[in-house]
Amino acid sequence: MSEEHHAATISVLVQNAPGVLVRVAGLIRRRGVNIHSLSVGPTEDPKISRMTIVVDTPPDRTESFAKQLRKLVEVLRATAVDGTPTVDRELALIKVNVTPGTRLEIMEIANVFRANIVDLTDRTMSLEVTGRSEKVDAFVSLLTKYGIREMARTGQVTLARGPQNT
Amino acid sequence: MAQRVRTRRHVAARTSSAPQAGPAARPEARRAGRMNGAQALVEALRREGVEVLFGHPGGASLPIYDALYDAEGIRHILVRHEQVAAHAAVGYARASGRVGVCTATSGPGATNLVTGITDAMMDSAPIVAITGQVPRPVIGNDAFQEADVTGITMPITKYNTLVMRAVDIPRAVHQAFYLARTGRPGPVLVDIPRDVSQELCEPEFPDEIAIPGYRPVTDGSPNQIASALEALAGAQRPIIYAGGGIISAGASAELTALAERTRIPVALTLMGKGAMDETHPLCLSMLGMHGSVYANYAINDADVILAVGVRFDDRVTGRLKDFAPRARFIHIDIDPAEIGKNKPAHIPIVGDARRVLAVMAAQARAPQIDAWWKQINEWRERYPFRYRQREDRVSHQHVCDLLNRLTGGRAIVTTDVGQHQMWMAQWYKCREPRTFITSGGLGAMGFGFPAAMGAKFGCPDKEVIAVVGDGGFMMTIQDLITAAEHGLSLPIFVLNNNALGMVRQWQTFFYRGRLSASVLRNPDFARLGEAFGCRGIRVERPEQVEPALRAALETEGIPCVVDILCDPEENCLPMIPSGQSIAEMILDE
Ligand SMILES: Cc1ncc(C[n+]2csc(CCOP(=O)(O)OP(=O)(O)O)c2C)c(N)n1
Repeated sequence: MSEEHHAATISVLVQNAPGVLVRVAGLIRRRGVNIHSLSVGPTEDPKISRMTIVVDTPPDRTESFAKQLRKLVEVLRATAVDGTPTVDRELALIKVNVTPGTRLEIMEIANVFRANIVDLTDRTMSLEVTGRSEKVDAFVSLLTKYGIREMARTGQVTLARGPQNT
Repeated sequence: MAQRVRTRRHVAARTSSAPQAGPAARPEARRAGRMNGAQALVEALRREGVEVLFGHPGGASLPIYDALYDAEGIRHILVRHEQVAAHAAVGYARASGRVGVCTATSGPGATNLVTGITDAMMDSAPIVAITGQVPRPVIGNDAFQEADVTGITMPITKYNTLVMRAVDIPRAVHQAFYLARTGRPGPVLVDIPRDVSQELCEPEFPDEIAIPGYRPVTDGSPNQIASALEALAGAQRPIIYAGGGIISAGASAELTALAERTRIPVALTLMGKGAMDETHPLCLSMLGMHGSVYANYAINDADVILAVGVRFDDRVTGRLKDFAPRARFIHIDIDPAEIGKNKPAHIPIVGDARRVLAVMAAQARAPQIDAWWKQINEWRERYPFRYRQREDRVSHQHVCDLLNRLTGGRAIVTTDVGQHQMWMAQWYKCREPRTFITSGGLGAMGFGFPAAMGAKFGCPDKEVIAVVGDGGFMMTIQDLITAAEHGLSLPIFVLNNNALGMVRQWQTFFYRGRLSASVLRNPDFARLGEAFGCRGIRVERPEQVEPALRAALETEGIPCVVDILCDPEENCLPMIPSGQSIAEMILDE
């Protein structure tokens, strides 16, 4: 990874058609930019999906990215959302090792982060945490010392605050 | 391995069943509103007004060819390599302004189109490519002659689509043509599996278009236009930097009107040649790497630059940070993504060049620029394009100059890529748009001759000539047979320097003259032309040039290959070396 690390968020509304994800991802790849996270899911309109893409690109290039994305025929809207007030969330599932000795400790950490325990065995505990990516990062780093067996993160999803559309 | 063999047999079996929906079944089927996908395709093409398509058949496109067999009003031109089909479609489109169409079979046929499609993408040429695909049940199984063509062409098309139902073909075709020719034009590919071509359906042919994600902005913002006019009116050293977008938009008259009203000089890009009459006193010819010294000096010194239908290509700007360092940029383009891509625009205007320039031409106020013109005219006098005529060697530039004079700059010229391309750009003074057709963005050798064929099919009543290098001509020369077969009046001038001239030039300048793999052994092009059924003329001495050019230009009903043995050492100047600035320009002294 390059010295300078940037994370720019682009929110993209696309028609739910075959190959759209490849087109969007390919367009980014062709510009030699790393995709930090990409989440896709349906919107209020089943024919339309929203992609939230976090890319490693300097802020001055983000708008030019959004412009290129808008050129894709299936892209209905592409916004570089940095700079506008937004709500950003990510969900992570984390499976950590537990022993009778560490179980309570981990539950306490989970409590602070408002994480849910979604599965428990005598040797593992699975936790679900939601929040801004930094919060998830912090939670993960606290759990590291217990031994994270597996983890899955959704990548960031974002909406603009207030009545205005993202 | 066993799997593979079975797949092949499977495909072969399907091929032999292709005639099922053949000609005998058709008239009735059509009356009943039923037809197969291939027939729906041909009908859709007819409705788009397609008169000519360039192509080469193969297994996956057999049903399409069967439907073409009795298509009325559509001429299929059989080329001998699919690359030629794509280049010809581009030549057709750029000469005529209509959408060019090419077609190929699956796998190797489609991959042979790739260079031509990329050229169309880079130079914003409206073409539609129709490819056969393996049947739906075997897609993704590495079937015989399968290639992921929509995947391969994703970055080189404006849009592409794999049609999975025959009934969807009319809409896919209608959208393809619409996308190809509107907004910023470009190539669109429609991939049709063979069994979709064979599938019976009752298609509807839509007139309307509904593509929610595609809304080109055509009218420039009035506020931005007002700011632009104000900047131009107050400028001391303004210049218009005009490109291929003017030609796509059909904005030549508006550009000329604006220039005449304001007396602002106009420099053209390679793709912009023809956007304004180059013999017009306000026109400074081509700028850029091999452009005129005066155009390059002028843009470098400008205080306000009106850039229209251009993309600040590195062949124009050289080192970006040193390009026109004192200028404020007004940038007009139909493609918002071009604005600010390479150079920040102080006044961006998204819109159709014709509409925006029409408004500007009507409202513009002329700046006070007498001193500026005095300066430009000094440069013009001091640094004209020039060349030496030697007694024993034919000068490339002389040939280009003479072609300009003999045609009056009114023929449609296509070029290949290399030194001859730049010499033609320097010496051929286009009088009107759509007369200079060259592979600008991609720089694809092999383009020139096929593009001329396409141009001739698109504009049969116009004089069309091809100027090619000996290297590039060899890349698509096999299609001389196609030009001969159709009796095209098409002179092809081979500026033969027995070298990959432009490579040799770079090696001479930048690699201490180490001519690595740039010297060619060539066939006798005139006799090769004759073997294909063309007329052949060989020119070895300067005094033979003019009679040969005249004879070729007068040849009717048959292509004429003129093999002109030119000075093998001539370099193309002036030149701003790649990635450098105007200060490093190599002059012709
Ligand atoms: C398909 C392709 N391969 C390689 C090149 C690189 N290239 C640019 S110019 C040139 C030399 C062309 O030689 P020729 O056709 O004889 O024209 P000349 O420069 O001599 O006029 C080459 C090899 C290219 N532009 N296109």
